[in-house]
Amino acid sequence: MKKSGGFTFNRRGVVVALLASAALAGCGGSPEATGGETVVAASLDGEIEKPNLKFGFIKLTDMAPLAIAKEKGYFAEEGLNVTLEPQANWKVLLDGVIGGQLDGAHMLAGQPLAATIGYGTKADLIAPLSLDLNGNAITLSNKVWDMIKADLPKGEDGKPIHPISAEHLKPVVESFEAQGKPFNMGMVFPVSTHNYELRYWLAAGGLKPGYYSDGDVQGVIDADVKLSVTPPPQMPATLEAGTIEGYCVGEPWNQAAVFKKIGVPVITDDQIWNDNPEKVFGLREDFATKYPATTAAMLRAIIKAQQWLDADGGANRQEAVEILSRPNYVGADAEVIAASMTGVFTYEPGDTREAEGFNIFFDKYAGYPYYSDAIWYLTQMRRWGQIAEDKDDQWYFDTAKAVYRPDLYLAAANKLVEDGVIPEGSVPETDGYRGEQAGFIDGITYDGSKPNDYLSKFPIGLKSGQSVTAAGVSGS
Amino acid sequence: MATAFVEPNQSAETASTASEAASGPTAEAPAKTAAPEAEDKPNAPGTQTLTIRAGLAGLVWPIIGIVAFIGLWAALAPQVDTSLGTLPGPAEVTEAGFGLYDEYSAAKEAEAAFYAQQEANNEAAIAAGNPGAVRDFTYAGPPTFLDQIITSLETVALGFFLATVFAVPIGLMAGLSTRFNAAINPLVQIMKPVSPLAWLPIVTMVISAMITSADPLLPKAFVISALVVMLCSLWPTLINTAVGTSSIDKDLLNVGKVLRLGWFDKLTKLVLPASLPYIFTGMRLSLGVGWMVLIAAEMLAQNPGLGKFVWDEFQNGSTQSLSRIMFAVIVIGLIGFLLDRGMMALQGLASKNRTV
Repeated sequence: MKKSGGFTFNRRGVVVALLASAALAGCGGSPEATGGETVVAASLDGEIEKPNLKFGFIKLTDMAPLAIAKEKGYFAEEGLNVTLEPQANWKVLLDGVIGGQLDGAHMLAGQPLAATIGYGTKADLIAPLSLDLNGNAITLSNKVWDMIKADLPKGEDGKPIHPISAEHLKPVVESFEAQGKPFNMGMVFPVSTHNYELRYWLAAGGLKPGYYSDGDVQGVIDADVKLSVTPPPQMPATLEAGTIEGYCVGEPWNQAAVFKKIGVPVITDDQIWNDNPEKVFGLREDFATKYPATTAAMLRAIIKAQQWLDADGGANRQEAVEILSRPNYVGADAEVIAASMTGVFTYEPGDTREAEGFNIFFDKYAGYPYYSDAIWYLTQMRRWGQIAEDKDDQWYFDTAKAVYRPDLYLAAANKLVEDGVIPEGSVPETDGYRGEQAGFIDGITYDGSKPNDYLSKFPIGLKSGQSVTAAGVSGS
Repeated sequence: MATAFVEPNQSAETASTASEAASGPTAEAPAKTAAPEAEDKPNAPGTQTLTIRAGLAGLVWPIIGIVAFIGLWAALAPQVDTSLGTLPGPAEVTEAGFGLYDEYSAAKEAEAAFYAQQEANNEAAIAAGNPGAVRDFTYAGPPTFLDQIITSLETVALGFFLATVFAVPIGLMAGLSTRFNAAINPLVQIMKPVSPLAWLPIVTMVISAMITSADPLLPKAFVISALVVMLCSLWPTLINTAVGTSSIDKDLLNVGKVLRLGWFDKLTKLVLPASLPYIFTGMRLSLGVGWMVLIAAEMLAQNPGLGKFVWDEFQNGSTQSLSRIMFAVIVIGLIGFLLDRGMMALQGLASKNRTV
């Protein structure tokens, strides 16, 4: 039922995309062919409607699939001429995609969802591909770290036992309150993964991260910890300036705090929610409808890049680090990027731990845009008041289907399977719902097919029938 | 308004010192005139030494200034410890300049390789009887530092052109009609001090709403930056034009009345020639403001120019970033200086042609 609904949503686009990929299948070169040769092969029938494309990204390591697709010639293989342009912040990036200056972008999963439901700028955006799993962490300033460090349970090696719960932060927040100072933390965008992860972590530790009300985008109503927006690359500088006491951000900006000796990462998002979905590749819905072959081609190129990034147990990561450290991509020092991209993660200086799953781009079906992932983001939007009113389960399903487009992903991925570029087992057979998921820090399980039931499980967060005004939470 | 009057004198002063400093031959002239007075000295070499000495004297102080600055910079920079390492000194910044040049060369090579490859592919496709596969892609590599300088110059040129086209007619009208002047004066005074950062969101929204084509003639970010430059830089031209026009000798206007000059003749034969030096002074100030504003506008509008270069490097936060930013600052300063010199030359021409 759900499945058919998703596929009728844009049947024509899918059919055209499938036809295009079928047509291309006849002339695809061998996967080993060099970029130059396959440009000719892929464009034999002139199917690419818009070969000159410009994609936006934010300077974060999880933009890697785009940089790799460009630098390793995967875009060229598909007959695309792609320009990658760094954007100043997520708002500028979103406006660029909506306004048409950018054909697609490395996006926060919440952005196409929020745009489609009209939270913030209203526009019909879609996410046909998920770029990665995990990749974020929460960093505290040295000052706060020193205040909580003594109370943390230690392992035999004298290092803190992970995951570190936010309840250890509670006395610090209370002492700030007693001195009449607000406890501020930074995240990158109101509908960003980081916002929800930081809130999840704080709430799991009994700290209230504040609610949004209809028309209020600060999100600090009834808050113990006040969250505010800072663009990722400015996080370390803002922490250093003392404006915030901690932040949740993607890499390399947690490792940057370690290298600059201004803060200590305390928990990764993998520890908050094991293998959580991260960035997506977002574009306008009308672009995908108008240029189906181009859309399929760009998705194929990105999937190939994702495979390259995870190939041979991360053998290519070192090269990826070198590419990302170029000034026109992430631009941070290679050693800072390597500190999270090569299977380890550094907390305090001297406390480097194995973190195999810190960045997953291809394995574990990382690229497939699951409806249940979209619904998780929607539940968090409701949990914190960004969605002002109760919605029934069907609304969650329908919204997820309008935005997340596994049909487009499958059109591209199946063609790659057909050509033997990616292994058959790398594309999941699913109705788009992952089923009951555990692996959350607070032990609450999530089932994407029961969003309202899920919302009722949280001790902190809006319940059915509740709404938020400037005075606080009201309703039963 | 007072600045309009102060500026020409000031610039004349800087001009003379600068030309003394910059060029030997100009500085030589006063030395030669001084030579007859030194007639009691018997030997010619003495005059020569004097000439050279005078020429050097013009150069000595600027050189001392620059050397002292670089010395202080080199000594103090390592004392400032930022989270990106210590503040880069002159050596690191020079190195960053060479690094940028290397990147430029590498980018040019990559571009040439891209076109060569495309050409080869196209030939192969034609040979294989498949003209449909012929590609005519433009190289889509990252913009080099030089590309960014060129974009910035183009942006400021467009903004400055628009500002001049807009400001000169309004300034003339304000100068000729005291009523019109009174009407726009408060608006001008309020708009003049507004920062480019405040204009930007407004301009961005308006331009985004107006340019709806998927493939516009000029990139939106470019137009936005240029318009912000225009909005911030038109005021000096407007005000100076108004001042110049209103300060025309009353006798001239009376003569015009006697001759029964028409409105158009009055404008072209009396008003414009008389106010031209003021207009050019205003334009010179405008260009200076425009260049300053441009960097801020580019940072925020993400127009791929020098401002975006600085912002991207700041976002990179690598150990190289600070020295690259400093190099960009020096380049921005040099370009601003050259633009000002260019406008000053034009201004000089305009003043000389003051025939009325």
